[in-house]
Amino acid sequence: MSTTLERNAPISPPPPEQNEHPQRKWYEYFGFSTDHKVIGIQYLVTAFFFYFIGGALAEVMRTELSTPDPDFVQPEFYNQLLTMHGTIMLFLWIIPAGAAFANYLIPLMIGAEDMAFPRLNGVAFWMIPPGGILLMSSFFNGAPQAGWTSYPPLSLVSGKSGEEIWILSILILGTSSMLGAFNFVTTILLMRMPDMDIHSMPLFCWSMLATSGLIIIGTPVLGAALILLSFDLIAGTAFFNPAGGGDPIVYQHMFWFYSHPAVYIMILPFFGAISEILPVHARKPIFGYRAIAYSSLAISFLGLIVWAHHMFSSGTPGWLRMFFMATTMIIAVPTGIKVFSWCATIWGGKLSLNSAFIFAVGFLSSFLIGGLSGVMLASVPFDIHVHDTYFIVAHFHYVLFGGSVFGLFAAVYHWFPKMTGRMVNETLGQIHFVMTFIGFNITFLPMHQLGLQGMNRRIALYDPQFQFLNMVCTVGSYILALSTFPFIINIIWSLYKGEKAGRNPWRALTLEWQTASPPIIENFEEEPVLWAGPYDYGIDTESIDGDEDVEDMLAAVTSESQ
Amino acid sequence: MTLISLWYGQNHGLLPMAASNDAGEVDELFNFMMTIATGLFLLVEGVLVYSLFKFRRQKGDTTDGPPIEGNVPLEIVWTAIPTVIVFILSIYSFEIYNRMGGLDPMAAGDPGPQMMAHSHHHSELVALDTSQQNIALGLGISPESQQGINPLEIKVNGIQYAWVFTYPESGVISGEIHVPVNRPVALNMTAGDVIHAFWLPEFRIKQDVIPGRETNLVFTANQVGQYPVICAELCGAYHGGMKTQLYVQTEEEYAQWIQDNTFAMKESGESVAMNPVSNSDTEFLEPYAQDMGVDADTLAQLKP
Repeated sequence: MSTTLERNAPISPPPPEQNEHPQRKWYEYFGFSTDHKVIGIQYLVTAFFFYFIGGALAEVMRTELSTPDPDFVQPEFYNQLLTMHGTIMLFLWIIPAGAAFANYLIPLMIGAEDMAFPRLNGVAFWMIPPGGILLMSSFFNGAPQAGWTSYPPLSLVSGKSGEEIWILSILILGTSSMLGAFNFVTTILLMRMPDMDIHSMPLFCWSMLATSGLIIIGTPVLGAALILLSFDLIAGTAFFNPAGGGDPIVYQHMFWFYSHPAVYIMILPFFGAISEILPVHARKPIFGYRAIAYSSLAISFLGLIVWAHHMFSSGTPGWLRMFFMATTMIIAVPTGIKVFSWCATIWGGKLSLNSAFIFAVGFLSSFLIGGLSGVMLASVPFDIHVHDTYFIVAHFHYVLFGGSVFGLFAAVYHWFPKMTGRMVNETLGQIHFVMTFIGFNITFLPMHQLGLQGMNRRIALYDPQFQFLNMVCTVGSYILALSTFPFIINIIWSLYKGEKAGRNPWRALTLEWQTASPPIIENFEEEPVLWAGPYDYGIDTESIDGDEDVEDMLAAVTSESQ
Repeated sequence: MTLISLWYGQNHGLLPMAASNDAGEVDELFNFMMTIATGLFLLVEGVLVYSLFKFRRQKGDTTDGPPIEGNVPLEIVWTAIPTVIVFILSIYSFEIYNRMGGLDPMAAGDPGPQMMAHSHHHSELVALDTSQQNIALGLGISPESQQGINPLEIKVNGIQYAWVFTYPESGVISGEIHVPVNRPVALNMTAGDVIHAFWLPEFRIKQDVIPGRETNLVFTANQVGQYPVICAELCGAYHGGMKTQLYVQTEEEYAQWIQDNTFAMKESGESVAMNPVSNSDTEFLEPYAQDMGVDADTLAQLKP
């Protein structure tokens, strides 16, 4: 693991110049730490490391798909690639990246010194590198090739050793995710500063409450499914194996009982991040605080009862398909509330079009397409046609890349000054956005048409009539690959040469901006003071103009409390 | 904006041809959803793009925007509108699904998960079919179709990486599927090894084919032609190559094809009198294994 971290070492903040703020030493970022900020950055850097691996696998797949024949890689290896790409991106990239921000931000946002269980927090992080390395090791003796869903009986007959490694790795990563979730819930519920009631905490905390609830309820079911699958695989039992009287459909139900909520586990943290980022850069209060907060909980609850919409063409009777169609349709309502509220937050504001903000707007515009195609997919008669086609591939990439990843980049640009004490380079950030946005749409928009026209997914060889659009997708994916370079250069350059940030470069109101950048050990010099709601922009500040006053007020607060 | 949505909803050109009445209805549903989606897309993207130009912060302006924290009537409106839309969509989808035969409770008897060894003796499955009337897995007979027309039954077996079609009436076994136009066709499907999915893009229907249980599809082709049959569930390395053709033929052509194949089977020394229904998959696959590129290993897997 040390090599992993060394390669990404520049993320760790430079040694502090003024010694009045006690800061972590660089080497502490490579060791076992119980500091939530160190752990948060460890999560983030590790997640990015796996992002580059998962992205490289995707590029190999797209290269293979530029021609209809399986000529670049063998079909067996292609199936390994798609399985590993999915697993890495979900379990080692998006979920840990969400946990990274939760770790870093929750204690700061609620005015706490650390998480409720710092040691447990460390344990949760340190399960990820072994889990990830274990998963990677399967490449050496045949990676799993049954897709990230691992449906039996296919998963019981192909790439067996890789399959078992996959199961063990997911069990480790799932446990890590659960330990994190317990920590987040406890911290949010019990460790808020005395003045902060639950309706004055930042929306990011609400979304992490919703996320953690899903993790705690869903993950054990996945664990049970995988343990039973493991018995089928290595002990020859027949829980899911029809050859011995087992039922493969039960596995699908158990798998999706976790894995549909997992989609919300991956998107909700970034819904939260967007709710933080938009008001700051639009200089307006969030529109409909309670509506957004409660719709997170509604999404979380509904997310638990929609799983069988992944099985509309599987072994499910008609009445069950109709029930899950109805619940899936309903989930569009709270999601719609959020999207409309975010738009209304921007409307009439004073927008700074910096990297964080444009990524947040990119999130809104891409996620919208994923949401609209999601409502279409809820409709059983239509879903039967496009299930397991490239329409689905397009849909979930619009949700998970257009949604989560754009939200994640917005969050990185927004909190980078807080994490490192330095500003990012805006020009590079905007180049990064433009390339990502263009590359993303060129890659995934044509896939809708491919799926509707009859191209099924998870195939290394396809009908030659689809070649042109596949070529377009492949070109788009190369642009997407190139777009990471301005990002990497920006992060490394800004870390050493970036403009000094000060404690509150965005003039934001949430508590994490009231301490030094990067925050000192145990976060606040004094007990933080809640002198404004998290989104009270434009309130009580009409007569005074801006920047200096916020600084003055901050100074006043600091001196008052001293 | 409404006009653009209405126009694009009808003229997106994204779907392949529709070769059955059901497919036409699914397309109408999709066009309807596409119209609404286009409208919402234009509305939200319009708001975003307009805001980016209109509400950009002026240089040197460090004041905040208006402190609007919400607007209850507006929030009620944008909660109510999606609610109404998804309610309409649900009712509409339910209606279409019912017309496609998705809620036909007698479509088939799902015997529940069976020992695979047993399911390979088709006679036993048939026996179970008659004794148990469970809820269908898949699409049954459309409630609107005339009850007088007797659907053509075809047994479908999915194996890595081929489809095997058995016509119980005539005993014909084929790697391609031929059906007469304008007559309901009922597919009784099962899989020999892993889960596959039987997809007819031009008919907008798909159903997983599962080892150890039977699933069903009923469709009525209304256009003579040749259409792809695609496996849509990851079934192994050559999943992408698991496809065949569906030939929709006139009644006469279809009868001719059945006759030719029955004749061919006679010629190749296969007894027509032998009822393939009473054989195991392995036995009735063997003569065709060579043609379909199925190797001995796959056949061995099928052995009960």
